[in-house]
Amino acid sequence: MKCRVCRGPAVIDVRRQNANYCRDHFLRMCRDQVAKAIDQFDMLKPGERVLVAVSGGKDSLACWHILRELGYEADGFVIGLGIGEYSDESTQYARAFANERGWKLHEVSLRNDFGFDIPTAAKATNRVPCSACGLSKRHLFDEAAREHGYDVVATGHNLDDECAVLFGNVLRWQTDYLGRQLPVLPERNGFPRKVKPLVRLGEREMAAYCVLAGIDYIVEECPMAAGNKHLGYKEALNAIEAESPGSKHDFYFGFLKRASERFVGEAEDEQRDLIPCTNCGAPTTGELCAFCKLVDRSSGYEPVVLRERR
Amino acid sequence: MKVLLRNPRRELEIAGPISVIALLNRLELNRESVLVIQGDELIPGDAMLDDTQTIEIRPVISGGAA
Repeated sequence: MKCRVCRGPAVIDVRRQNANYCRDHFLRMCRDQVAKAIDQFDMLKPGERVLVAVSGGKDSLACWHILRELGYEADGFVIGLGIGEYSDESTQYARAFANERGWKLHEVSLRNDFGFDIPTAAKATNRVPCSACGLSKRHLFDEAAREHGYDVVATGHNLDDECAVLFGNVLRWQTDYLGRQLPVLPERNGFPRKVKPLVRLGEREMAAYCVLAGIDYIVEECPMAAGNKHLGYKEALNAIEAESPGSKHDFYFGFLKRASERFVGEAEDEQRDLIPCTNCGAPTTGELCAFCKLVDRSSGYEPVVLRERR
Repeated sequence: MKVLLRNPRRELEIAGPISVIALLNRLELNRESVLVIQGDELIPGDAMLDDTQTIEIRPVISGGAA
């Protein structure tokens, strides 16, 4: 295998590009793809302050690293989710990454700051853990951006993430979600702008980026995500991709080009008539926002103890 | 060779020589879903592996449903 750029020995193939790369040209290709996504979708303007939602996993750390490499003023934000050893370890990876480079990392702990954790919230609300986790993350990222004066929140969602969500939304024709599934959500109604700079890169590329750039990340999967639908969709899409490289890219970017606009109206309907939450001030449709309701229901609940791994 | 697999973490002993692609096929793993790593280096799909090597097959799929 030879590098597409320099013809030296390649270390990785990217089949949807029908290309192989050596280390240096692979890292450059990843940076170029992120720069292209930022430009293509008007994600960031020069001089803007970016808050990167960091988990300690490969995507968010690579996202932060690449944004810095591209010259953006990007700081990190990590949430202690309280998912046993997994969360402690994830947060350690995020801290180590930031400390080694002297980059600023903001931290919040659900248990210490709000009196609950994700396993307990899942039990208290009788909903899947990923639901409480996503709700908490979205709320706290928005709040942190407002509180610390960041213009935009960047997340590490990659092409595989977006394809899996799109696949799930199409399977159930969740048209309001389809209207919101964009690489950029503009600032409005008190929500900061949200961007997904990794949408042009696949999950395998992000893992390879971390290995080749010397970024240590948590490899273990979240114990609460194991077996969820999202992971099943990813496996199904990878089975298609293995037979027909480029399918995931065409699925997602074809949706953005040819279909997403048709659903925007449905998403906008939901965004109207937002008022500040009476407790925290976050924009919401009712008196209390969904996060404050979650805190109310979960914080008095007896903590759920996860079985330790291994 | 020693092959380290993750999620759950386990170790296999596989006889070489064998190419990376043939190894993944034998283990019924999708190339799109894993990286093959030795130390800090990625091993490309066409590389031949021998009995003296210790490699890691690292899954790359992750994420919650939120």
